Amino acid sequence: MTPIIEVDRLTRTFGSFTAVDHVSFEVGRGEIFGFLGANGAGKTTCMKMLTGLLAPSSGRATVAGYDVATQTERVKREIGYMSQRFSLYEDLSVRENIRFYGGIYGLSMRAIREKTGALLERLDLAASADTLIKALPLGWRQKLAFSIAVLHDPKVVFLDEPTGGVDPITRRQFWDMIYEAASRGVTVFVTTHYMDEAEYCDRVSIMVDGRIEALDTPGGLKATYAAGSMNDVFVRLARGAA
Amino acid sequence: MKTFAGFIVKEFYHILRDRRTLLILFGMPVAQLLLFGFAIRNEVNDARLVIVDPSNDVETREIAGKLLASPYFVGVEFATHAGGVEAAFKSGRAREALLFEPDFAGRLAREGVAHVQIITDATDPNTANTVLAYTTAILQDYQRELAAGATPAGARIVPEVHMRYNPTLESVFLFVPGLIAFILMLVCALMTSITITREKEMGTMEILTVSPLRPAQIIVGKVLPYLVIAQGIVGIVLALARFVFHVPMRGSLAFLIAECLLFTVCALSLGILISTRTNSQQTAMMISLGGLLLPTIILSGFIFPIASMPTPLQVVSHIVPAKWFLIIVRGIMVKGTGIADVWQETLVLVGMTALFLGISIRNLKGRLE
Repeated sequence: MTPIIEVDRLTRTFGSFTAVDHVSFEVGRGEIFGFLGANGAGKTTCMKMLTGLLAPSSGRATVAGYDVATQTERVKREIGYMSQRFSLYEDLSVRENIRFYGGIYGLSMRAIREKTGALLERLDLAASADTLIKALPLGWRQKLAFSIAVLHDPKVVFLDEPTGGVDPITRRQFWDMIYEAASRGVTVFVTTHYMDEAEYCDRVSIMVDGRIEALDTPGGLKATYAAGSMNDVFVRLARGAA
Repeated sequence: MKTFAGFIVKEFYHILRDRRTLLILFGMPVAQLLLFGFAIRNEVNDARLVIVDPSNDVETREIAGKLLASPYFVGVEFATHAGGVEAAFKSGRAREALLFEPDFAGRLAREGVAHVQIITDATDPNTANTVLAYTTAILQDYQRELAAGATPAGARIVPEVHMRYNPTLESVFLFVPGLIAFILMLVCALMTSITITREKEMGTMEILTVSPLRPAQIIVGKVLPYLVIAQGIVGIVLALARFVFHVPMRGSLAFLIAECLLFTVCALSLGILISTRTNSQQTAMMISLGGLLLPTIILSGFIFPIASMPTPLQVVSHIVPAKWFLIIVRGIMVKGTGIADVWQETLVLVGMTALFLGISIRNLKGRLE
């Protein structure tokens, strides 16, 4: 299986502080890759470099075959992105948000219309198509935001703590959507603070102080650290750093 | 290009959905123009007039009759000596006093020249000016009638004007250019900085920067709708000024619009500059209000003449873009000046705009490095 994300000794420094320190890993096509770490461990910095928002200080990374430092524009076309903070415009309706994001990713009006219909049906939102986002419950917004992030069929979708503040049932539904996208071949790169979610990932990496301290399947990690749950694994690694 | 068009459509949705702001944007200039307009150019009706007429002859009675027959004046006192005038002003009973010299008609007949003193209460300079203008117009009118009649050719009535309490009147009939500057600053700088920082606050800016949209497209897409709206408002203000207040338009309208566009771009670049340096709508608003709108009102010469400011403030006024814009627009509208007379001021604005844009672009790049 050819990797869709290749990261080779990727490093980013801010002055004398090294936020990401020679990180290397690969993510396969269609994989759900959990990117864990305590606050300030360097997750966000690493993700910013992979999405082309931040130039690496040294090292190299490619996403969908394009170099994130030199082919930023190509990378941006191949990825989707959704963050814990709102990704939707509250004063636009459901339909208008879909149209807008479809538009900035260059989808044709016809493609947008077709996808909008399918998406509304799948999310059971057809009746609320012309409702403004601010009138929708948080869980629905997050599900809609995810659907929009993968609307243009990106090769990789980056999810930055996508389920923050969402109730457990909605989180479960949200992960069903992630599985569904992965089954269509979309690679999912997800950060989270919920350890039960880490269990859902194919593989999990745990960042501590700018380095990747562990990278394996959830089962493998639990075996290595003789832990009963991902939570124990995480606490053991993160505490080791402190 | 299509992605960009979609972006602009979205911006218009944002603006059109926010009814309250939209109402303020369009309503405020109109309300201000009407308020300023009527406050400054108020037609003075029934101004209280004191007539001192020691001569009391045919001519003086005729002049007094003409003044009082007009809608502008109403007589409150007739006297044969000037003793009560001061008291009438102090108590506010009189706005204007007309003092004929003794033997008015006799002098006019014998020497062809007669004098009349006009004293106005200039505590309110605008009213004083207006009242004075009415009086001199009526006097000139009468003089023309005399010339057509039997009196000696070239008979002159010489008005002697006293602006009481405020001898150096500054012209204030020039508020429209100031209002245009103010509106452009408000819409372009304030609204632009708020709309960009709002995207930052909502977290949607992140999504936009990750998308294939280029930074330049995001910026231009953000400012273009406001540019359109600002020009629309300028059009409304100019039309109101022209047709409601009859403000003169002596220069070229095309040139005026070109200068307005230049100032618009200047204000937009200031708005972008603010938004690249702030992360919250509130901060952006405070900076825009305190750093841009207040100077535009106070230090640009809009309301308070720069010439009468203390030297340090005069120096500060040089860095207020609106000051230069006001010189240009007042020149075009009132004096009919062209580019030959205001190229220096135009150059200052161009320079400022380039500077603001340069710093903004540097700030934006710094964020992405």
